[in-house]
Amino acid sequence: MTNGISVELNDLTRVYGTAHARSDRGIVKALDGLTLHIEPGELVALLGPSGCGKTTALRILAGLDEATSGTVSVGGQDLTKVPANKRDMGMVFQAYSLFPHLTVLDNVAFGLKMRGKDKSGRLSRADDMLELVGLTAHRHKYASELSGGQQQRVALARALAIQPRVLLLDEPLSALDAKVRVQLRDEIRRVQLDVGTTTLFVTHDQEEALAVADRVGVMSQGKLEQLAAPAELYANPATPFVAEFVGLNNKVPAEVSGGQAQVLGKFVPALPGSISTGSGLAMVRPESVTVTADASGTASVTSVAFLGPISRVYCTLQDGTVVGAEMGSSAARTFSPSDRVRVGVEPTGVLVVES
Amino acid sequence: MRRTSLGGKLFRGLLWVMFGLFFLIPLYSMADFSTRNLIAGGRTLQAWKNLVQDNALYQAIVISLLLAVFTVVLMLVILVPTMIWVRLRTPWAKGIVEFLCLLPLTIPALVIVVGLRNVYLWVTYFLGESALTLTFVYVVLVLPFAYRALDAAMSAIDLKTLSEAARSLGAGWLTTIGRVVVPNIWSGILSAAFISIAVVLGEFTIASLSGYQTLQVQIVLIGKADGPTSVAASLATLLFGFVLLLALALVTRGRRRTTASHVLLASAVAVPAVPANQPGLPA
Repeated sequence: MTNGISVELNDLTRVYGTAHARSDRGIVKALDGLTLHIEPGELVALLGPSGCGKTTALRILAGLDEATSGTVSVGGQDLTKVPANKRDMGMVFQAYSLFPHLTVLDNVAFGLKMRGKDKSGRLSRADDMLELVGLTAHRHKYASELSGGQQQRVALARALAIQPRVLLLDEPLSALDAKVRVQLRDEIRRVQLDVGTTTLFVTHDQEEALAVADRVGVMSQGKLEQLAAPAELYANPATPFVAEFVGLNNKVPAEVSGGQAQVLGKFVPALPGSISTGSGLAMVRPESVTVTADASGTASVTSVAFLGPISRVYCTLQDGTVVGAEMGSSAARTFSPSDRVRVGVEPTGVLVVES
Repeated sequence: MRRTSLGGKLFRGLLWVMFGLFFLIPLYSMADFSTRNLIAGGRTLQAWKNLVQDNALYQAIVISLLLAVFTVVLMLVILVPTMIWVRLRTPWAKGIVEFLCLLPLTIPALVIVVGLRNVYLWVTYFLGESALTLTFVYVVLVLPFAYRALDAAMSAIDLKTLSEAARSLGAGWLTTIGRVVVPNIWSGILSAAFISIAVVLGEFTIASLSGYQTLQVQIVLIGKADGPTSVAASLATLLFGFVLLLALALVTRGRRRTTASHVLLASAVAVPAVPANQPGLPA
C-alpha cells in the first residue's frame, strides 16, 4: 500500500429529470446525500440492487457525471469541478471498452500517449502492465480477437498503466461467465494489492463484494446503509435492508427484552438496530440454524437441497414457518423429508425487526 | 445434394449473366456511341478529347469536382461532431436531428430552388456569383444520405463507453473525437463522403434553375448540339462513380470490423443510382 491516496465523497446528491423538458417522467433521486471516505490504498466495494445509485456515485467520482450538490475530493484536493480527463483516474467499464481500431498494446499505451510520454517509455510501461495481467502473448492482437475475460484484463492493464490516483471498477465482471468471473475477481484483488492503488469497486454481486473488498458499502435508494469490513457486515448487519441483501436469511418469530432475543427457544444477543422490546422477526442466517434428529421434535424436514460441499435442509416449524439450515453435505445426508427434528440457533447475535 | 448444388450454381450463374448484361449493355452502348464518327462513319475519339478540349465543359467538370469536395468537407465538419454530440450529451434531440436531416428528401428540388432564391440573394451579395456557392444547397441535399451512413457506423460501436474510456484516460473532447471516435466510424465517414460526391455529380435541377454551369448542366447543353460528347461526359461520370466505389471497397476491406460491409452495401445501392447517364433530379 505505497501509492494509495484518500478519497472523499461528501454529501453527494444527484437528481435526474429536471434538466430537460420531459418532466412527465418525474424526478429521480439517484443519490441522496451519500458520504463515503476511502482510506489510502483501500479497496471499497459499493454493493446494492440495480438503481441504488452505486454506479452514479462512481461516475461522479470519475467526472463522467455531475453531482447536483456535494463535493468530491481526492488526496485533500477538491475535484468537484475538474473534468474527467484531468482527474487521473483509471476506469474499467462493465461494457467492453477497448478501442477496436488499436492493438492490445496500443490500447494499454493510449493513456500514456495522452500524457505525452515518449514512445519507448509508454511501450515498455504497457508491456509491464500486460505482464501484470498475464497477457503479454496477446499484445499485437485486436480486441475482437480476445475473449471477454481477456478484454477486461486488458482494460484493467490500460486503467493501471497511467498510474492512476484512483482505480474505478464499474461492474467489470458482470458480462463474464461464472468461472471467469471468479478467476478475474481474485486477479483484480491480487493486482490491486500489488500496486496499492485506492480502488472503488461497484457491483451488485454480494459474493464478489465480500470476496475482494477491504470494506463493503451497502447502498439502497441513493443512501449508504452500512460501510464495514465484509465479516463485520455479514455478522452484524446494521439495518434490515443490509441483513436481507447480504446473505440468505430466515425470518423467525422472536421476542425481545433487555437486549436479548428469544429465538427458537434459545436466548441470543439482539444486535444494535433491533427493536427494543416486544415480538418481531429475527433474521437468522442458514448456517446459524441447527437441526437435530429427534422423534419427539415439533418440526419436520420438508426438503434437502444439495449444493456440493454443503446442503440446505428446509424444515417446517410447528407454526408453519419454513426455516433453511446450511450444513456439511455429509451431515445433511442423514435427513430425509418428513423426518421429525428439533430446530435451534447458534448463540450468535441476530437482528430483530418488526414483523 | 450434389444435384441441387449444381442447379443452384447454374441459377446463380444465370443471375450473374443477367445482371451483368443489364448493367453492361447500357455502358457498352454509351461507349460505342461516344466513339462513333456520326458524319464520316468509322471511329473517332473526338468526343472524349472534347472533355478536356472544350473549355466550357472542362470548366464545368472542374466546378463539379470542386463542389463535390467542398460539399463533402462542409458536410463532414457539420454532421460528424453534431451527431457525436447528440448521441453523447443530448440523446433526447436525436429524433429532431434525424428529422431535420431527412427533411430534404421530402421537398421537391423545384420547391427548394424557389425557396432558396431569397437566401441566395444574400449569399451572392456576400460571396459573389460563383457556382461554388451551390455548396450550401448541396450540403443540405446530401444530409439524408450522409446521415444514414454515419448513423449506421455510429450504431455499430459503443460510442458512449469508448468516449468515456478515452476521457478517463486523459483525452480531451477533440482528441476523443479525432483519435477514438473517427477511426472507428471511418467506414461510415467514407461512405457518407462517396454518396455525397455521387449526389453532387448527379444533381441537375437546382444548378440548372439557378443558372450555374455544372457538369450535368453542360452535358444537357452539349447533348442538344453534340450527342457523342454529351454521352462521353455521362460515361466518364459513371465510371468515376464506379472507381469511387471500388476505392471504398478496397480501403474498408482490410478492416476488422464487420460493420464496414453493411455501410458499404448502403453506398453500393446509392452510388450507381445517382450519376445516371441522363441528367436527372437528385434522388
